[in-house]
Amino acid sequence: MKFVSEFRRSELAQGLIAQIHRQSKTPVRFMEFCGGHTVTIFRYGIRQLLPKTIDMVSGPGCPICVTANADLDKAIALAQIPGVIIATFGDMLKVPGSSSSLQEAKAGGADVRTVYSTMDALKIAEDNPDNAIVFLGIGFETTAPTIAVSILQAMEKGLKNYCVLSLHKLCPPVIQALLESGELKLHGLICPGHVSAIIGSRPWEFIARDYAVPCVISGFELLDILQSVDMLVSQVESGRSQVEIAYRRGVRPEGNQQALRLMSQVFEPAPAQWRGMGEVPGSGLKLRKKYQRFDAALAFDVTPVPTREPVGCICGDILRGVKTPADCKLFSNVCTPENPVGPCMVSAEGSCSAYYLYGGGLER
Amino acid sequence: MNDKILLAHGSGGKLAHDLVEKGLVKAFSNPFLAKLDDSAVIDLSGRLAFTTDSYVVSPIFFPGGDIGKLAVCGTVNDLAMSGARPLYLSLSFIIEEGFLKSELDKVVNSIQRAAEEAEVKIITGDTKVVHRGSADKLFINTAGVGIIAEGVNISGNNARPEDKVILSGTIGDHGIAVISRREELGFSTKLESDCAPLGGLVAEMLNASPNIHCLRDPTRGGLATSLNELAKQSKVSIRIEEEKIPVREEVLAACEMLGFDPLYVANEGKLVAIVPPEDANKVLKTMRRNRYGENAAIIGEVGVEKPGRVVMKTVLGASRIVDMLVGDLLPRIC
Amino acid sequence: MCLAIPVLIKSIKDKEAEVEIGGISRKISLWLTPEAKVGEYVLVHTGYAINVLDQREAEETLSLLEQIVGMAEEEG
Repeated sequence: MKFVSEFRRSELAQGLIAQIHRQSKTPVRFMEFCGGHTVTIFRYGIRQLLPKTIDMVSGPGCPICVTANADLDKAIALAQIPGVIIATFGDMLKVPGSSSSLQEAKAGGADVRTVYSTMDALKIAEDNPDNAIVFLGIGFETTAPTIAVSILQAMEKGLKNYCVLSLHKLCPPVIQALLESGELKLHGLICPGHVSAIIGSRPWEFIARDYAVPCVISGFELLDILQSVDMLVSQVESGRSQVEIAYRRGVRPEGNQQALRLMSQVFEPAPAQWRGMGEVPGSGLKLRKKYQRFDAALAFDVTPVPTREPVGCICGDILRGVKTPADCKLFSNVCTPENPVGPCMVSAEGSCSAYYLYGGGLER
Repeated sequence: MNDKILLAHGSGGKLAHDLVEKGLVKAFSNPFLAKLDDSAVIDLSGRLAFTTDSYVVSPIFFPGGDIGKLAVCGTVNDLAMSGARPLYLSLSFIIEEGFLKSELDKVVNSIQRAAEEAEVKIITGDTKVVHRGSADKLFINTAGVGIIAEGVNISGNNARPEDKVILSGTIGDHGIAVISRREELGFSTKLESDCAPLGGLVAEMLNASPNIHCLRDPTRGGLATSLNELAKQSKVSIRIEEEKIPVREEVLAACEMLGFDPLYVANEGKLVAIVPPEDANKVLKTMRRNRYGENAAIIGEVGVEKPGRVVMKTVLGASRIVDMLVGDLLPRIC
Repeated sequence: MCLAIPVLIKSIKDKEAEVEIGGISRKISLWLTPEAKVGEYVLVHTGYAINVLDQREAEETLSLLEQIVGMAEEEG
């Protein structure tokens, strides 16, 4: 068992698709929250193969896409301070801020380095004692614990030149905000699998209980998505709404207690800005007082450029699931992967990027 | 004694002469270079293919090759993709001051071995040394000339509906091998670059079928980009099947880890051929008999609907568009 | 989101493990999964193991899927 190819077997996929067709009678709208799920769905052309009764809509689970312009502008401003080395995951490099991007800042002389892991960023800090290393902390609950560990490790090693700009976001609060807004009528939610590996299944229960929306926690392989859609259809057709774990090999109901402990040791919830949704209370993470000296927001005084939202960009509406890229006037003529206007086109798992690159119905 | 390249080595004086005569000319020994004239004089007639390229790969030494081998193979392959027999190369070095002589020797030896295998001669060249910081260790520029046999007509706009698309082997080996050497990504693999000269393979293919329509080597931008270029140039659509594309397990694993799609990862020893359907099996058999084509496979065919597009059938039977690579491949967490 | 891949733990030293997938090896951190053992598979995200994969659950899931597909084929 290697946990990959076994979950891509096409004969089982075909069988599951047939099963979904047989079961699904009620017209429904399901949302896959997570950008990684969006990618799997588009990569395999799953939407084309589901019955017409099922409408799939993509949610705001792309940490790049939901990073507000003001936050990105702050990161770019930090990059331009002499002596600062920005360490970032590759995803952020090309996202356009109000007037620039990290990649442009880099071309202009800023020291911006892409890393695969915070472990690499710590090494950069060790190798460059005269520079200040600022790590751009993006990502959801899957990534936040790894950043927490990096701060604890920096403490252990006595590093004085490592700090984090915390732009982390939490998923359950934003789903609640979406459901509260009433903009979106959902009949089922595919919950993020790796976020759930950390937080478990309990944080999602309010969705099934208070909003009567069935939830299934899904893995990222072909069979995982199909199994989850099948389980959602089952719930709908039998009038149930619960939180079920389809991704049983990777998610326990109690989550990863060690990760949760370390995360709450270093971080506390705080309000956060979500692109397209404004401020959502308790949906971000802030470093606790004890770890303040690792907080880049406190270590540097920057005046970023005035925040400007790109004209005509409807990334916000797309992230909330109320519009699709096809509704956007800029999509594929002005806004393309070479010339992205908004982050949904830059991020590998943004809706617009998925539609553009994989064809979203082969129409463009 | 001095173990580093100095600015003086590029200035035309004694040090420079020594470097060229005792180093480069000796390594590449052929009658053209031995003359030490300002230009090489060659007697060629017929249709010639002419190409130029620059090599700035970092790191310069990677599993399965180095910048020197890459320079020879890359140039030779560009010529071969026009159906030419590669003959002569020019070679220019731009060396960063302080570069180790021992490393230059390694690169030069590698170039000599690659040229020998590719049966090409390096007949003219140049050496410059720039200030520390003005170049990343070593840059190489080449030009190449080859001769195209009568009746061979290979061009990106020759693809016709119903032609078969043949890929010479596994994709993504080079890109992943090179990136595995980037310290901050810190993974190790036995994977090696597929860097190889394909002139011999192409010659055998043309023997089997002088009617090959298109040849392209999927370097930067990967297979996806090359197929898109061909589709646009020929104004046709290209349909490929995901399951037929050979990819090594290590490449798949590295791509999963970093968030890459193997379709976009660079190759330096592979080619895509578009051939008339009646010749496809013959060409395929011929390719598989050559060491650089042993994993060759027919991966798709040329169509008419949606000209300029590349469409891939996924394992589920659904279709998705395969677009060109935009920008660089960047490792991602999402 | 949250690209995480299943890798096999080959060896462990302090809080770090040497892992392997498809012939690729790398060092990862076990800070978030101190209970992980050699020979187990873990999900790795940005160089950290975020969970130990449950082999039994994986097999059961596949078995369940095979059943669903098998039953569906019988019903035709």
